[in-house]
Amino acid sequence: MSQKVIITPEAFEYMEKVTGTDGVEVRVNLPKEIIEQINEICDSFDNDPGELINVLHEAQNRFGYLPAEVQDMVAHNLHIPVAQVYGVVTFYSYFSMIPKGEHPISICVGTACYVRGAERVLEEFIKELGIKVGETTPDGRFSINCLRCVGACGLAPVVLVGDKVYGRVSPDGVKQIIAEYSS
Amino acid sequence: MIELTIDKKKVRVEKGTTILKAARQAGIEIPTLCHYELCDMGIENKPGGCRICVVEVEGRRNLAPSCITEAQDGMVIHTHSIRVLNARKTVLRLIISDHPFDCLVCAKSGHCDLQDLAVQFGIRSQPYVGEQSRYRKDTSPSIIRDVDKCIMCRRCEMICNEVQSVGALAAVNRGFMSVVAPAFEMNLEDSPCTYCGQCVSVCPTGALTEKDHTIEIIRALSNPSKTVVVQTAPAVRAALGEEFGMPAGTLVTGKMVSALRELGFDYVFDTDFSADLTIMEEGTELLQRVRGYLEGDSNVRLPILTSCCPGWVNFFEHNYPDLLDVPSTAKSPQQMFGAIAKSYFAEKIGVKRNDMIVVSVMPCLAKKYECQRDEFKVGGNPDVDYSISTRELASFIKQANIDFLELPDGEFDDPLGESTGAAVIFGNTGGVIEAACRTAYELYTGKKLEKVDFHELRGMDGIRSATIDFNGLELNIGIAHGLRNARKLLDEVREGKSKFHAIEVMACPGGCVGGAGQPFNHGDSGVLGKRAAALYAADQEMPIRKSHENPSIIKLYEEFLGEPGSELAHKLLHTEYFAKSNEVTIHLQG
Repeated sequence: MSQKVIITPEAFEYMEKVTGTDGVEVRVNLPKEIIEQINEICDSFDNDPGELINVLHEAQNRFGYLPAEVQDMVAHNLHIPVAQVYGVVTFYSYFSMIPKGEHPISICVGTACYVRGAERVLEEFIKELGIKVGETTPDGRFSINCLRCVGACGLAPVVLVGDKVYGRVSPDGVKQIIAEYSS
Repeated sequence: MIELTIDKKKVRVEKGTTILKAARQAGIEIPTLCHYELCDMGIENKPGGCRICVVEVEGRRNLAPSCITEAQDGMVIHTHSIRVLNARKTVLRLIISDHPFDCLVCAKSGHCDLQDLAVQFGIRSQPYVGEQSRYRKDTSPSIIRDVDKCIMCRRCEMICNEVQSVGALAAVNRGFMSVVAPAFEMNLEDSPCTYCGQCVSVCPTGALTEKDHTIEIIRALSNPSKTVVVQTAPAVRAALGEEFGMPAGTLVTGKMVSALRELGFDYVFDTDFSADLTIMEEGTELLQRVRGYLEGDSNVRLPILTSCCPGWVNFFEHNYPDLLDVPSTAKSPQQMFGAIAKSYFAEKIGVKRNDMIVVSVMPCLAKKYECQRDEFKVGGNPDVDYSISTRELASFIKQANIDFLELPDGEFDDPLGESTGAAVIFGNTGGVIEAACRTAYELYTGKKLEKVDFHELRGMDGIRSATIDFNGLELNIGIAHGLRNARKLLDEVREGKSKFHAIEVMACPGGCVGGAGQPFNHGDSGVLGKRAAALYAADQEMPIRKSHENPSIIKLYEEFLGEPGSELAHKLLHTEYFAKSNEVTIHLQG
């Protein structure tokens, strides 16, 4: 399991010349240690353009999301246009350019959860947190995402907060779940 | 070989041939929309996305998209059964359902592949009505993106990536929301786009068009206090006739001059004049650099690269900021013309700089960007005010109700209208370096060139090379057209492995004859060769075929500039290059 690194807004204050895996210097708006991490990820896939999706998966695992600067660096190392990287990032709903909240909330809207009222649970989260699906609260604490089936259909409807699973969630229980993380 | 039956005709084709191509071999044309082929480059755009080219294959449940379905031995195919025709109509209506209905005022009206298909299929009603995808319009100095009109054929993406290796455009987002856009959906202006405009020349609809300047020119022409001067690039005269139904490769120099005069331009001049001037400056620089190099001057870097092509200049400014001292510092002929017109010529006729409007007619869209670059302005006043394409000129002539075909042959005005055969071949790939060789040879050796034609520098191969014997000095010349080919030669230069002393690069395949401002060729790249042949023929017919023998050029140096590379020449005719950063400036959200 790779080490988790969070890119903070402050990280983008840096603007330095760094070296990509091909030895060519580029200017990227990221601190050196993040660049090194991206180089390491790209190297682990031999900087092969065919591994773009895997590289992006790994980068999102480490950084939590894929900001423009990370995509730029990946494009540079894989020798492909950054427009192409952005095309892949925007095609797959798994990839995100918005940092997830400290406590990412995932609501299952797979068939079983859906028929047991997942939609109303989702609406309640949206109402309580004041953000849409795919967004993060301004304080960075919560984000809402939908997913399809976590393999716990017996507990439908299911909600995940981080790695913790909540089963048989009703709209009335939403407030209480949020409160658990709001101290 | 395999054998199949298409519309009751037996066809024998190579294994691996698509149904579309097999049908073509049998003389059966299947309509296409997203499909696009650049025959001479072996590049084919076939995402199989539009489904206009579907055909019925006996024994197969679904209709087959013929552009991506391989022909099989024994196949029985029907290309225009009722089922096929109905399917094509439905597909077309579905495409149109997410397309604006402003055909009458669309910039592409009359040249639109989608419109042509709607006519061909007799589409008279639109039963599918619903939400249409909406996107902002993106206007750059050269190209306008209006992706509401995009049908996701991805031809532009193919040409930008495969042919040009620019990589400015890619398909982004998904489903109904998908568009072709630069990275992070930034504006074209902020992307690595070079404005070569090849995307515009392959776009089947009005999603990508040039920025039209006709109206500004009409305003200037109707302002009595302005002296309006026009210059026409070499490649325009070899293609303009196509817009009036003349066969490709018809040279219409005389009619074009008459048309411009009828339109009201005060002076009709020729960019060929400044092409000769470019050779004087660039040829001198070439010789200086080669001499310095041979004498072991460590400050001299070879090869020297031509710098006439603004798309190419943008490309190396974006991608090779470490090599900015390699290209010639000579301005392009368009800009040299503007600088001379608004100094030497304006003085001659007693017109103030600000009262002169210089218009250029170019086969090119990058020229629109080039003429508004800050370094080509004096006190905010540009050397060249407006650049219009061959297509815009044709449209302008039609708007003015001029019967182009009946026009008599006119002559360019003096003095900026006199030119040589060396200048007219600037429009072809290899033409600039051939013109440079003609002059550099005579200047270097002091001998008369026996054979003016350098056939070894001509042709349509993407990368060509030749060694020219300068009376004992062997110069290795490289030529590339199409930016992917240029990239290969530039990478060699960066690695220090280039064997060339001089390299000519043109951004567009074929050189300016294939420029993005030329009449649309709808995938028939054969017209490029015909236009090129017309320019070589024009060169043959010129009484003077070497730039340094142009009497008006000789006079310009005597009266005004002094000698090539003089201080004044440097001020007016040379430029510098700037690194364009591709760094991403979008910041963290939230």
